[in-house]
Amino acid sequence: MDATLSVSNGLLVVLVLLNFAVLGSSRMSTLIRMVAIQGLLLGTLPQLRSDVLSWHLIAVGAMTAAIKAALIPLLLRRAMRDVRIRREVEPLLGFIPSLLMGALGTGMAVVFSNTLPWPAAAGGALVLSTSISMLLTGFIILTTRRKAITQVVGYLILENGIFTFGLLLLDAVPFLVEVGVLLDLFVAVFVMVIILNHIQATFLSHDTTRLSLLKE
Amino acid sequence: MSGEALLALALGAVLAGGAAALLPAPGERPQRIAVGLTTLGAALGLAAAASVLAYGPSAGLRLGWALPGAELRLQIDALSAWFLVPIFLVSGLGAWYGLDSWRLSEHPASARRLLGFYALATAAMAIVVTARNGILFLAAWEVMTVSAFMLVTTEDERQEVREAGWIYFIAAHASTLLLFGLLGLLWRARGSFDLEPFAAGALSPALASGMFLLALGGFGIKAGLFPVHVWLPPAHANAPSHVSALLSGVLIKMGVYGMVRVTWLFGDPPLWWGALLLALGVVSGVLGVAFALGQHDLKRLLAYHSIENIGIIFIGLGLAVGGRAAGSPALVALGLGGALLHTWNHGLFKTLLFFGAGAVLHRTHTREIDQLGGLAKAMPRTALYFLVGAAAICGLPPLNGFVSELFVYLGLFGSLGAAAPLRWLPAVLAIPALALIGALAVACFVKVCGAVFLGEPRTDHARHARECGPAMVFPMAVLAACCVGIGLFPALVVPALDRATAGWSLAGATVPLAGLAPLAALTWTGAALLAGGGLLALALRAAGLDTRLGTWDCGYVLPTPRMQYTGSSFAQVLVTLWRTVLIPAVTRGTSDQLFPGPSHYATRVPDTVLERALLPGLRGIAWLLAWLRPLQRGSIHAYLFYVFLTLLILLLFK
Repeated sequence: MDATLSVSNGLLVVLVLLNFAVLGSSRMSTLIRMVAIQGLLLGTLPQLRSDVLSWHLIAVGAMTAAIKAALIPLLLRRAMRDVRIRREVEPLLGFIPSLLMGALGTGMAVVFSNTLPWPAAAGGALVLSTSISMLLTGFIILTTRRKAITQVVGYLILENGIFTFGLLLLDAVPFLVEVGVLLDLFVAVFVMVIILNHIQATFLSHDTTRLSLLKE
Repeated sequence: MSGEALLALALGAVLAGGAAALLPAPGERPQRIAVGLTTLGAALGLAAAASVLAYGPSAGLRLGWALPGAELRLQIDALSAWFLVPIFLVSGLGAWYGLDSWRLSEHPASARRLLGFYALATAAMAIVVTARNGILFLAAWEVMTVSAFMLVTTEDERQEVREAGWIYFIAAHASTLLLFGLLGLLWRARGSFDLEPFAAGALSPALASGMFLLALGGFGIKAGLFPVHVWLPPAHANAPSHVSALLSGVLIKMGVYGMVRVTWLFGDPPLWWGALLLALGVVSGVLGVAFALGQHDLKRLLAYHSIENIGIIFIGLGLAVGGRAAGSPALVALGLGGALLHTWNHGLFKTLLFFGAGAVLHRTHTREIDQLGGLAKAMPRTALYFLVGAAAICGLPPLNGFVSELFVYLGLFGSLGAAAPLRWLPAVLAIPALALIGALAVACFVKVCGAVFLGEPRTDHARHARECGPAMVFPMAVLAACCVGIGLFPALVVPALDRATAGWSLAGATVPLAGLAPLAALTWTGAALLAGGGLLALALRAAGLDTRLGTWDCGYVLPTPRMQYTGSSFAQVLVTLWRTVLIPAVTRGTSDQLFPGPSHYATRVPDTVLERALLPGLRGIAWLLAWLRPLQRGSIHAYLFYVFLTLLILLLFK
């Protein structure tokens, strides 16, 4: 038991490191790959953190991995190819400041997770701080990047953070709800990719700051 | 067959009618099928109401619903049945009226929409008055509100219709918002959304009064009580006429029903509830008719009369609530009896008047009173039925309006002898107010009937008018017959009225109305009046008076129709008397030279509350909110940053 727990704790740390990789990188394909790896890790975490091996957890893990690590990256790569964008240039907040913000956020997340009134289950605090750190990273990406695809990546990291939070509620959340959440996520990304193409067609650019033209 | 089963069949038929209107069949057939099914549904619904009014409340229906706190819980008691009657009668007759006035072949797009939402509104109103669960009630209320919005905006290609629709939509949702608050307090008071009476003393006075005031706000807006009536005149004026009739005859009565139902919940209301209802009724009644006097638009004028009649109904309801607080069953019987009977009566004669106004509009294409004239010759039946409705709304015997106003008068006189000032003082104010309302209403309808139906046609619109088809005239005949019937034989409806009043009084003692009001004398005097009028008409005819001459000749050599009294000039004295409230806007040319040239004169009476209070107030709020405009940057990053900031603040100060 201890072995699987330490493996899962290690994976959580890897998840946080991947956040920094996303924050510091400008290449789209790297971003997508990092998020895919995060999805793959998240798919394995439910089994590692549970005492008993159950079909329900395996099914959830497999579906999570399939959607987050294969299906969504596929959609994003295709969108990237369609709109011919490879790099995020000139983000609203530079890469180094983003990394610093991310570090600050992760630090704050650790502080928060200790103050939140959560039963001190094994490794619960670590899961919580990882989750909040991913939420904050997602927000940083969403608010400081110009390209729509990068923003979708930010949204995915945010969503991964919520999924991580769900690890604490493994026994409480019914199978149907988890599948429903996954389906929602997939549909959301699907719609975002469609909108992306429309933005490209309408504004002849992929820069979401241009959307302010729509302001009345 | 149980009442609920009949009601379910009725709703099924009405809704099937609405769906049938959407059939892609060519020609008039979908509308005919829809009208047939609506008629069937209306007959079934009336049967359900009649069985309850004759044999007592139905057993009730309870089904589960997945929504938390909600239940499909229906029951038809005498009070529900009383309100079901106008719902089904008016919507049934309105469907026939629409067969001619809003033909599918003439309005191919809007007629289908109108028929569908007409059915939906009818069904929703029937559920509103029978629901016994707060959530079900609110859901039906919302369906009713939204369908009515779609009905009001039938001619949405016109700017004024869209404006009327928006004002209605905003007002209706303010009303629903207050009702949400009411349901919240209901949950707090009871722990469920059941609409059942509270045990005596089960509630703190503050909680009960909070519920009462929220209900008064929410239902008052729907009923069109002054000063929250602002949606009513534009919506009634701009909807198709049979929709105006449905709105005025039935929909605003849902506000009255809500008030009656909510006061039913409380066994021991404080006296000031009754006094407040009565005072609001007086204000609404007097100002409603005063504004009506200043209107030039026939349907807008009728809409202001709805506000007046809602005022009379609220005076009766206030009496009943006061009577219950003071433990006087006679006052309850007269007050609630008057209010409920006036609800029926107003449903009958206002529907009749809107049908009449619609017939005029259908043939002349104008609602401007001062462009009409002489229509009694071209449209004799419409003129006759309109006259019956006008006499009824003025509360003249031997028609139905007189009976219900008599009940209210008797109740007011009965409370004069009471010791508590909160009981006799409102009555002292309300009796002259009621008399004033009656007199001003007569003046107003003399203006309408005189300017629209008598005299000479003022424009070509009026000159080329002709009588409407039987589908439009027949519903008016039925309604006029109902008005005369209730006026002549009030004893026929009084037993049903007693049942409804007894249901509202809960376990308290009840007094039958027959012992309180001179019902037989009403019949005799009414019959005598009718006989006298008939004899007079026969005598005039025998005297051979020639009525083919032009009226308003006045001995001029070359009179023109423009020399006639207009509706505006007729009402000018009264409007001037009321100028402090009405604030008429006058535009006039000058004529101070010896040989003055052509000049002009026009008056307009806008809605004081809407134009002087609400709109400036809302503009002020908009100005204040403009300070927040810079926050709306139009940048998706800024918006996400706001979310991020909120999340951070919540985490820090959890």
